[in-house]
Amino acid sequence: MTKKYDAIVIGAGHNGLTTAAYLAKSGLDVLVVEKNDYIGGAAVSRELHDGWIYSNCSYVCSLLRQSIHRDLNLTKHGLMIVPYMGTTNFTRNGDYLAEYPDEAMQYREVRRHSKRDADAMHRYYTDLMKYAKVIRHFLLRTPADPTSFKPRDLQEMAFMAKKFMGMGERDIYEFMRFMTMSAADFLAEYFENDLIKAFYATSSIIGTALGVYSPGTAYVLLHHVMGDVDGAVGAWGLARGGMGSISKAIHGALQEHGGEVMLEAEVDTIIVKGGKTKGVALTNGSVIEAPIVVSNLDPKRTFTKIMNKEDLPEDLYKKAKDFKIRGSSGKVNIALKGMPDFPTLPKGHMLRNGSMQFLDSLERMERAYDDWKHNRWSQDPFIEMTQSSVWDPTHAAPGNYFVSCFIQYCPREVEGGWTEENKQAFGKTIIDQISNYSPNFKDHIEHMEIRTPYDIEKEVGLTEGNIFQGELTIDQLMFNRPFPGYSQYRGPVKGMYMSGSGTHPGGGVSAACGANAAREILMDLKRPNIVPEDEND
Amino acid sequence: MLTIDAKDQGNHIDLRLQQSPFFPRIKELCLSEQWTEWNGYQTPTYFLDSYIEYYATRNTCAVFDVSPMKKYIIEGPDAEVMMNRLTVRDVRKQKVGRVTYTVWCTDEGRIIDDGTLFRLAEDKFMLCAADPNLDWLELGAIGMDVTVYENSYDMAALALQGPTSCALLKKLGFTGIENAKPFDIMYFPFEGGELMISRTGFTGDLGYELWVDPNDALALWDALFSTGFEYGIRAMGDESLDMARIEAGLLAPAVEFNSALHTVEFRHDQTPFELGLDWMVNFKKPSFSGREALLKEKEQGPKWKLVKLDFEGQKSAQGSLLYADRKCTKEIGYVTSGMWSSVVKASIGYGFVKAEYADGPIFAEIYYQKEMRWYQKVVEGRKHEGAFWWPDRARQTPPADT
Repeated sequence: MTKKYDAIVIGAGHNGLTTAAYLAKSGLDVLVVEKNDYIGGAAVSRELHDGWIYSNCSYVCSLLRQSIHRDLNLTKHGLMIVPYMGTTNFTRNGDYLAEYPDEAMQYREVRRHSKRDADAMHRYYTDLMKYAKVIRHFLLRTPADPTSFKPRDLQEMAFMAKKFMGMGERDIYEFMRFMTMSAADFLAEYFENDLIKAFYATSSIIGTALGVYSPGTAYVLLHHVMGDVDGAVGAWGLARGGMGSISKAIHGALQEHGGEVMLEAEVDTIIVKGGKTKGVALTNGSVIEAPIVVSNLDPKRTFTKIMNKEDLPEDLYKKAKDFKIRGSSGKVNIALKGMPDFPTLPKGHMLRNGSMQFLDSLERMERAYDDWKHNRWSQDPFIEMTQSSVWDPTHAAPGNYFVSCFIQYCPREVEGGWTEENKQAFGKTIIDQISNYSPNFKDHIEHMEIRTPYDIEKEVGLTEGNIFQGELTIDQLMFNRPFPGYSQYRGPVKGMYMSGSGTHPGGGVSAACGANAAREILMDLKRPNIVPEDEND
Repeated sequence: MLTIDAKDQGNHIDLRLQQSPFFPRIKELCLSEQWTEWNGYQTPTYFLDSYIEYYATRNTCAVFDVSPMKKYIIEGPDAEVMMNRLTVRDVRKQKVGRVTYTVWCTDEGRIIDDGTLFRLAEDKFMLCAADPNLDWLELGAIGMDVTVYENSYDMAALALQGPTSCALLKKLGFTGIENAKPFDIMYFPFEGGELMISRTGFTGDLGYELWVDPNDALALWDALFSTGFEYGIRAMGDESLDMARIEAGLLAPAVEFNSALHTVEFRHDQTPFELGLDWMVNFKKPSFSGREALLKEKEQGPKWKLVKLDFEGQKSAQGSLLYADRKCTKEIGYVTSGMWSSVVKASIGYGFVKAEYADGPIFAEIYYQKEMRWYQKVVEGRKHEGAFWWPDRARQTPPADT
């Protein structure tokens, strides 16, 4: 007879591991089942070419909750988030726009492109920080259900009202407007220069099946700025050893508290009897029992693939089916032998250490989106190229480099399907784009891995390859995430919960979704809450 | 004119800050132009971003110019006897080619300074300290068959600290350096002369100190920085070094302690027991400066204690007063060093508290500013044993390459 657990978590992504770690820490007997033969989901690092460690999905980190890092002792379990230099954007005319860690340098750099915009930058960041400050209060909290009269929901609504009132009347209006705006309209309120607008607009389209002119993209921009490294809001860091070290560290905490992970254990069905979860049936035929089952898979996959339709309310099934989770991003991960030249920047220039991108204008970004709408990958794609190994020595031997290219846009479906030929052609488009700015880039390529939304769905399990487990549009945020009435991590049957990025506060390697889910489960079990609050000093 | 024309110094000293042999390269890299003074030398506060420079010591490797450190040679038949009497550890056990961290005290057992003692030969030592000590050494040499002289100006030195430091030294051809254990000394040919490398440092991470003829200083710098690019090398300033040493649990003179020879107010100086350095005081030695007083303190217990504290919240407790209660009615001491530790994800620091309160609860009253407005808050500081950061690689021989 197989062992019976107190709780089973489906999917060893970082959020699932976080939920499991907290349940185990609370004293429950926890099992995480993972379909792949490695843990991490989309926070993963593996040696995909001899001597090169790839972070082949997520590649940088900002949203990871510091209080969870500390509370789960993730440093002891090997995690170090290292801040890195900013992004340099190369333009077609041989110029560039850079980000410097020094404020006065940054001012001079922006001033080089527009005197007015250099000044406006302060107003822009101040407004963005106001919005970030408000939103950050809610990351490690369960959204209130606005239709509920339970004391807890009323309290949470009051908390929310208080935080918003703290902004002052003008900024409440501005914030409401901001939440539905396009990134282009929002940026136009500050900047005149097209390159500067494009530079700041990049955060608004990452992972999103929308264009810079689409309403709602201003929030996506904020979503990428509201994280922090050591309280420096907006800063991003590398996880030393690759993004997999986040999952490994949380796994270390899970093991410390006695939790287990079972690899190559793909779930076929969540077993429901009499309106209660009983466990999971694996695709290999075995059954594992537990009164609590947590799905870390995206909501669409959870409710349309691994639950029986008859166990679900009809409207939920429909909501899951219609859940907006469109794939729009690709990745090309490259092992480089030697360092390619970027003639715009002299060898040894400090800017060679950060990320690179290649944009001139919002219009160019919108055209990239136009291709996606017609089921084509962008012919002139947006690329965020992060040379992780320049600053993280664990990725490759000295003199060799690992480069992660994040690409927007790449659709889930293309004409003729994602054949090997189409996949290679997509990869070529990316390398050609980089080569426009680095003629000898190609000569240094030792190995590359091309990942389309199709591959991401197949390998990681994210429906349509959407990196956020569901788009970050206002109809799918806060108490609407994933669906109205299901935002408090509980599924439609007793004992069933959700912990993935498809829940509040959404995508990114935050561990917040998983921690929030754990808090709700412990509450239902009438166990003391051990999940920490966010630190907002 | 109120100052002397620099070009016509005559018998006058050069009034400006002095520049170490590495200065031309440091000047080039120091984009911030933020400088501080150390032993009369112009030392970078930070080159561009102290946070990034600190991370080089934890993530890749960083270089700090330690040339302004005071260095003294004690040589002669009585060198061991003299150093054994001067310092609190048993120097007779220290083998040639080894370094020890030590302190020296007055007869009252009050600390004069701390430093590293290098045993270069049976009858030859080098003592390195952040501050001048020649006067005290000369006093200690009276009646001894030794020669004491300062070689601060004849030796330039760089600290190379961080996880890729060993790999970089190997790449530079210093084969065998991977076999150096912590506190070992090795010698390598360099530029026709000799380079001494000790596995020592002030960051708590894997690291080495490179001791070189000032004439070869720039060649050493250039070798490190050209090959070092692929090892993530960065120059680091004083601020990041201070962050690293607090995490490592290392003490700074004129911060954690006030040299007994500079102390006017009665007992504003410290003893090894107060600073938690009991482990190094060797009472098996029949005599050394401060032995009687320290023996008495061992029996009676110290009056104060330096404790490592892990504070609630994220604000640095630097400069805070410490209390035994949250209402701040019973003042018991103060914070000597405080910082937000990025690797530990905690506000950490050292508290110097009256010994009778050291085992009870400790609270810090922190003042901090947010957009010009001042705030106050009281946070508990939980006691922390051992260093906040001292990774395995700092102890391993041979260490890993990353």
